[in-house]
Amino acid sequence: MTNIPMDAALVCASLLFVTGLAGVLARRNIIVVLLSIEIMLNAAGLAFIAAGSRWARPDGQIMFLFILAAAAAEGAVGLALVLRQNHSAKTIDIDAAGSMKG
Amino acid sequence: MTYEDSRPETMTILFYIGAVLAVISTVAAVTRLRIVHAVLWLNASFLSAALVFYSLGSPFAAMLEIMTYAGAVMVLFTFAIMLVGPGPDAALQERQWQPWPSWIGPSATGILLLAGFIFAIIKGVPGKTAGTSVGPVAVGASLFSTYLLGVELASALLLAALIGAFYIGRRNDSSDEKGDMQ
Amino acid sequence: MFGFLWIVIALPFAGFLALAIFGGRIKKSAVAQVGVGATALSALWALCIGTRFLISPPAGYEYTQVLWSWVPVAPLMSVFSFRLDGLSLIMILVILIVASLILLYSSESMAHEEGYARFFAYMNLFVGCMLVLVLANDLLVLYLGWEGVGLCSYLLIGFHYKDPASIRASKKAFIVTRIGDVAFMIGLFLIVKNLGTLQVFGALQKASLLWPVGSPFPCAVSLLLLTGAIGKSAQVPLQVWLPDAMAGPTPVSALIHAATMVIAGVYLIARMHGLFLLSPAVMGMTACIGAATLLAAGCAALMQRDIKRVLAYSTISQIGYMFLALGVGAFSAAIFHFLVHAFFKSLLFLAAGVVIQSCNEEHDIFKMGGLRQTLPWAFWTFLIGSCSLSALPLVSAGFYSKDLIIFSVWSSTMGNGWLWLCAEAGALLTAVYSFRVVFIVFFGARRLISLKKTGLRTNLPLAILSFFALGAGFILLSVPQAVTGSFFSNILNAVFPAPALKNVAPGVSTLLHLISPAASIGGIIIAWVLFLKKPRIVQDLAQNPAGKILHTFFLEGLWFDRLYAFLFVRPFVWATGYMRRDPLVFYVKAIARSAESLHKALSLTQTGNVRWYAAGIALGAVIIMAIGVLL
Repeated sequence: MTNIPMDAALVCASLLFVTGLAGVLARRNIIVVLLSIEIMLNAAGLAFIAAGSRWARPDGQIMFLFILAAAAAEGAVGLALVLRQNHSAKTIDIDAAGSMKG
Repeated sequence: MTYEDSRPETMTILFYIGAVLAVISTVAAVTRLRIVHAVLWLNASFLSAALVFYSLGSPFAAMLEIMTYAGAVMVLFTFAIMLVGPGPDAALQERQWQPWPSWIGPSATGILLLAGFIFAIIKGVPGKTAGTSVGPVAVGASLFSTYLLGVELASALLLAALIGAFYIGRRNDSSDEKGDMQ
Repeated sequence: MFGFLWIVIALPFAGFLALAIFGGRIKKSAVAQVGVGATALSALWALCIGTRFLISPPAGYEYTQVLWSWVPVAPLMSVFSFRLDGLSLIMILVILIVASLILLYSSESMAHEEGYARFFAYMNLFVGCMLVLVLANDLLVLYLGWEGVGLCSYLLIGFHYKDPASIRASKKAFIVTRIGDVAFMIGLFLIVKNLGTLQVFGALQKASLLWPVGSPFPCAVSLLLLTGAIGKSAQVPLQVWLPDAMAGPTPVSALIHAATMVIAGVYLIARMHGLFLLSPAVMGMTACIGAATLLAAGCAALMQRDIKRVLAYSTISQIGYMFLALGVGAFSAAIFHFLVHAFFKSLLFLAAGVVIQSCNEEHDIFKMGGLRQTLPWAFWTFLIGSCSLSALPLVSAGFYSKDLIIFSVWSSTMGNGWLWLCAEAGALLTAVYSFRVVFIVFFGARRLISLKKTGLRTNLPLAILSFFALGAGFILLSVPQAVTGSFFSNILNAVFPAPALKNVAPGVSTLLHLISPAASIGGIIIAWVLFLKKPRIVQDLAQNPAGKILHTFFLEGLWFDRLYAFLFVRPFVWATGYMRRDPLVFYVKAIARSAESLHKALSLTQTGNVRWYAAGIALGAVIIMAIGVLL
């Protein structure tokens, strides 16, 4: 019987999440920002998996599946938006999308 | 040899290896100046995460991670990168965009949040994993009985995303003069 | 017979209503008939009732008629009731006779004015309210009449409502008398609270039982009632409204501000004499106010140029005599003087009105002169009035009343020598200023062309009033136990207690009775010398700088107007000017302004920068985590 301490799993998830967050906040390239968002979603999924294995139930993996679906959908739409912006503003700098100022 | 029959230390060691690798490759992915490098590092992170999932007794999730995340989503990103096309001076441009002081704020925010997380985790009573693996059969049975509504909703979400991406990403020259994201 | 007492009051009110509703639609002659007729009929009816009262007086010389219950709230069970006794009988007879004569006069003098019907309507309303005031058996009804005459005074002073001076004068009159009215009302509150009833005689009886002489309650209540009386009767310090009220038409000045409304204060004190007798301090104050007023107003009258203002200050001064008499306890003497004063003062005003109208609305006496020949009727009637005012010995009625007051001041236990001296000096002054006007206006060189043929409706009232101005003294005082005999001695004395008198030696008494006539004749001679024979004396005095200051001081009413303007009017006007900028709205606007600044501050966070928003979300998450972790 393998018993992995939950602390470790959750701390790992936190580290990944925080790393993704730092990436979202720091990078200016839109594609990298979207990438960082994927990292954060993955970290959340890891936390769910850990919870599911704690109670030996499939619910954790099911939540992970839903998160995956959402991440895929959001990635698709986000990249479409990137293409849009690149087509019109000719740049993939996220700071160029500031016309909602004020 | 099933998950339950393996020696306890095996999975624990695999877990720690996977976790460390995941964290390292994630940090690397976020900080790379060349996008393609970042995508590759992220792929490595996802593979490590899959290892972590397996060691926690969730083989189905591990496979999903590899197939969908590392497989489909990252390929999608690769296509997007190809369409957007970083030029030869992309690395220089990235260096200009990312002076090292720009990492201070985000890092601080991240560390604060991390401190909060760790404090909460330690104060809680997480316990240990149950040590059994939950296979695809159990997941499937639960998915199509208890979580049936969720499945339908997820499929609707994917449909919406499909149509949305299709529409947003369309190239119509008539509205080019209007330009940006309206 | 006495059951029809209410008709006396109802007729003028009916006249008011008829003229208010139909006045604009009927001919002027009809308006005059209704207007004068209502009051005249009421006067006739009052005469009938009066005769009946004298010939076969009711028990106790008083009759009460209860009409209806007005405020049936315990303990103040106020009923609308009227009381006819010696005092109120004299009052209604005088009011109605004088009012009828004045209205007859004004039907001719106001004929060319627009608002003819409005004038008569207001005058009838005034007469009705005044009758309510004097016949009231209940203090609340009295206050109703009090307020009613105040309202009519405001309406009638401001009769020429397009003239800004009239409007200002009417507002001033109303506001100043209001101060007195508020004090009066507070006095009524105290009476209700402590005595439980506002019915006059019930209250007075209870007061004499409940409150010992000199205790704080009767002093407080009488002081408040005195303040109300001062306001209405234009005594110092609330006398500032009466000279300006001369901006109204002359009949208004004659009726309201000479004969009737301004003596409402005198009537109030006389009616509530029981209460005043319980507080000797307030009686003393009344006497002092009377003395001060009669001197101050007399000096002011001496310097005026406007003929109506002279008469206004003269009114203030004569009412000062009445207050002086009331203050020393000689209530009957005060009422007697009121009676005589009503006749000769309204006579003076009406004659002055004739002079003013014939001089083409000229009021300045120094622009008139030598009108003796052109306006004989006005001259003789004005002369008779002035003689009565100056208390010309033996001939005029004024002599008897004024002498009675002056003697009472000396001989009453509540009077003293200083008050007597003021009264005598006032008599001298009165003679000087009234004959000053006579000599300047009617004697001397002709300066103005005057043309006015006065008709019967003007001359008849003047004649009747002259008769009363001379003869009222005889009828009522000098003919004891004759036909009307016991009027003053019995009927009026049934109302008032006789004043407590000191023992005056007969020699002193004779001497005193000689000084008053000497004062009045001396005053006439002084006026003749100063203003007719040797006007140079006055002119030289006027050149003197001290003389100039004194002249201005008295001309402008002892600078009371300036004092009040400085103390009250200027701060009030400053405050209103300051509030005009809506400073309090500043605090309301502050809410709006703070919302706007908050908006400006928060919109700085809308940078449009996506990463900024993401950072905001992250920080929010951190904060919530921290709260969840730490708490």
